Amino acid sequence: MKTVVKMLAASLVAGSAFSVAAVMAQDYPTQPVTIVVPFSAGGPTDTVTRLVAAAMSEDLGQQVVVQNVGGAGGTLGAGQVAAAANDGYTLLLHHIGMSTAPALYASLPYDPMTDFAPIGLVTEVPMTMVARKDFEPATLEDLIAYVKENGENVTYANAGIGAASQLCGLLFQDALETKLTEVPYQGTGPAMTDLLGGQIDMMCDQTTNTTSQIQAGEIKAYAVTTPERIAVLPDVPTMAEGGVENFNLSIWHGLYAPAGTDPAIVERLTQALQAALADETVGNSFAELGTYPVPASEATPEALAEKLEGQTALWAEVIAAAGVSAQ
Amino acid sequence: MDLFASLGLGFSVALDPVNILYCFIGVLLGTLVGVLPGIGPTATIAMLLPITFSLNPETALIMLAGIYYGAQYGGSTTAILINLPGESSAAVTAIDGYQMARQGRAGPALAAAALGSFFAGSVATFLLAAFAPPLARAALNFGAPEYFSLIVLGLLVSIALAHGSIIKALGMIVLGLLLGMVGQDIYTGTPRFTFGLRELFGGLNFVAVAVGVFGIAEILRNLENEHEREVGVKAVKNLWLTRDDLRRIIMPVLRGTGLGSILGVLPGGGHILSAFASYSAEKRLSKNPGEFGKGAIEGVAGPESANNAAAQTSFIPLMTLGIPAHPVMALMIGAFILQGITPGPNVINEQPALFWGIIASMWIGNLLLVVLNLPLVGLWVKMLSIPYRVLFPAIVLFACIGTFSINQNVYDIYAIAFFGIVGYLLIRFGCEPAPLLLGFVLGPLLEEHLRRAMIISRGDPMIFIERPISATLLIMALAAVLVAVLPSIRRRRAEVFVEDD
Repeated sequence: MKTVVKMLAASLVAGSAFSVAAVMAQDYPTQPVTIVVPFSAGGPTDTVTRLVAAAMSEDLGQQVVVQNVGGAGGTLGAGQVAAAANDGYTLLLHHIGMSTAPALYASLPYDPMTDFAPIGLVTEVPMTMVARKDFEPATLEDLIAYVKENGENVTYANAGIGAASQLCGLLFQDALETKLTEVPYQGTGPAMTDLLGGQIDMMCDQTTNTTSQIQAGEIKAYAVTTPERIAVLPDVPTMAEGGVENFNLSIWHGLYAPAGTDPAIVERLTQALQAALADETVGNSFAELGTYPVPASEATPEALAEKLEGQTALWAEVIAAAGVSAQ
Repeated sequence: MDLFASLGLGFSVALDPVNILYCFIGVLLGTLVGVLPGIGPTATIAMLLPITFSLNPETALIMLAGIYYGAQYGGSTTAILINLPGESSAAVTAIDGYQMARQGRAGPALAAAALGSFFAGSVATFLLAAFAPPLARAALNFGAPEYFSLIVLGLLVSIALAHGSIIKALGMIVLGLLLGMVGQDIYTGTPRFTFGLRELFGGLNFVAVAVGVFGIAEILRNLENEHEREVGVKAVKNLWLTRDDLRRIIMPVLRGTGLGSILGVLPGGGHILSAFASYSAEKRLSKNPGEFGKGAIEGVAGPESANNAAAQTSFIPLMTLGIPAHPVMALMIGAFILQGITPGPNVINEQPALFWGIIASMWIGNLLLVVLNLPLVGLWVKMLSIPYRVLFPAIVLFACIGTFSINQNVYDIYAIAFFGIVGYLLIRFGCEPAPLLLGFVLGPLLEEHLRRAMIISRGDPMIFIERPISATLLIMALAAVLVAVLPSIRRRRAEVFVEDD
């Protein structure tokens, strides 16, 4: 008797849960959506998120709130979303760090591949190899020769373990088969301060942070890290033009929901993301930052999943070779 | 464009009725979040960023800037009234401000803070207008070695923060330094003192520690004896400054303004030192150093002026170079970018109306703050007549909500509870929390700059002596130590540091 009641109750609960879920997917969203940014407010990822969130609000007809959960190289915020309810009201906007965390952190409380439902790529921000304005080398070729000759006498600023600026430095040292003196900072803001003041020689950072300083002539730009030159900095060559082959690095940003989110909701979010990326204001603001929204064909769950997988494999190799660990 | 034409342009922007309105909203919000313990300007600006989307860039940034310096005003209010500082600078104000409140002199303390802040804000705004670009250039000469030496100097002179035993003060600074070590080391990524808790990787939250050791500890002390409980203020003697008070605060305000203006320009942590430096200076220069820690009005007026001057001049590196001096300024960079303006050296030329408009609005904002705050002094003081059994749960609740809102990290609430108990034990042992907070704030900066300087010099410590600015600062630090140990002065110091336990 007891078991029958239990079974009845269970089937009732399951049935109602099913119908609730179906209704939810249809009406979604009925309340504000939160996008968690795993970094502090005001940083480049936060800026990208806020621009996209505002445009997504318009398409979804609901407020999209940005919440900053910084700490532990982005793993705290990501972990929080992995553990959040998969109802489509808590999302994560994370960058390339999503693919480097497994190599950097020995014990992650989540698996980037299985604990998230990808929604789509958002943007790929190019990076620039820059130096203080009175740094000796004049061109990219000069820089490569100079760095090979002076090695550890060259100081290279980065924003700490696992930061984009550190990854770029690792690739650069790898490609040139040399070693620089790496100087970590608490973020690229203070690093840029020291670069402007001539306290340090080189840095590699996202165009979001370097473009205005390059245009003002306050720092020297030697190369962009993308296969093609970029529109805002037409005079800056690519790494390949300077003879550094296979140097392709951009800080890609992706939007994720927790694993198990209703596919219909994911589809609705992909649609909202694509609408946001097609928005003229977003395009202009991105251009101002030296980046661009990805085409609609890449703002899809498939494209993001593929990117995440490929990048995770790549960084596992580079990070292991460099012997870097965050724990 | 000369200065007057530029300022004329700035005031024409800032005096636009819409901009005045948003400036007022900004400073009002800032004052309110400053008064609510725990909720700081960082959280507020982050929450309000989306609202500013629809505004003009000038209007949006004028409002956000108003929130920031408004919070500097408001922060002193809770520090004085209920010993609850929301940020490092207010921790200094709490030392003597709260003692004044206990003596029934909360009114003069609040008035001194408001007037000092207004004067300092006005002077610093003028500096920002007249000398921003050259000042920012000069600040770039400060690299890791210079910051290290500056912090050493700051730590050595601020032993004066203690009014009890000097050994205990040193002990507290060291304990603070150790607490500052908690979290992930940025150089190697090694977690330190985190007990494997990922939530502690980012280190202890300053607000949680400050709220604990100051505010909660004080509440516990108040609660320990039902009958002898102090209800903050026994009798409010007067709301306004006496002629004698005014005479006493003039020089501290002037010196605080000078110190704060200079330190605020340094993007590597100068603004943190300003209030501590001003307090130390006033105690050294005072004819009655024994009064400090027991309700000296100079100990409120000086640091408050320094703090507000630094808050204004910390906009200099942001507006002229596009580099943030602290988290709030990083948020302001985000606000600029969201408005389609990339902060950097070009802003002053490409967006003169914006640049000068913000500067002019700061002066207007400071004026609004005085007009807003002076009448409120009476109201705030009245708040202390609320029965304590109603007041203290409200304080604890607001403090916890505010602190949690910063990072949504529940460990910050645990930290409040833990440091509340620690703070209470420290009070019982006759140790003071201010030096502990100083160590906590400056410890990580000291380590960061020391290690960075050593990496850049590839392990050669001579870098601290070879660089002239660094060498000068270290000589001043040495002089400060010598002054302290010279026998003739030692006798005088024996009177300064009267053991009170």
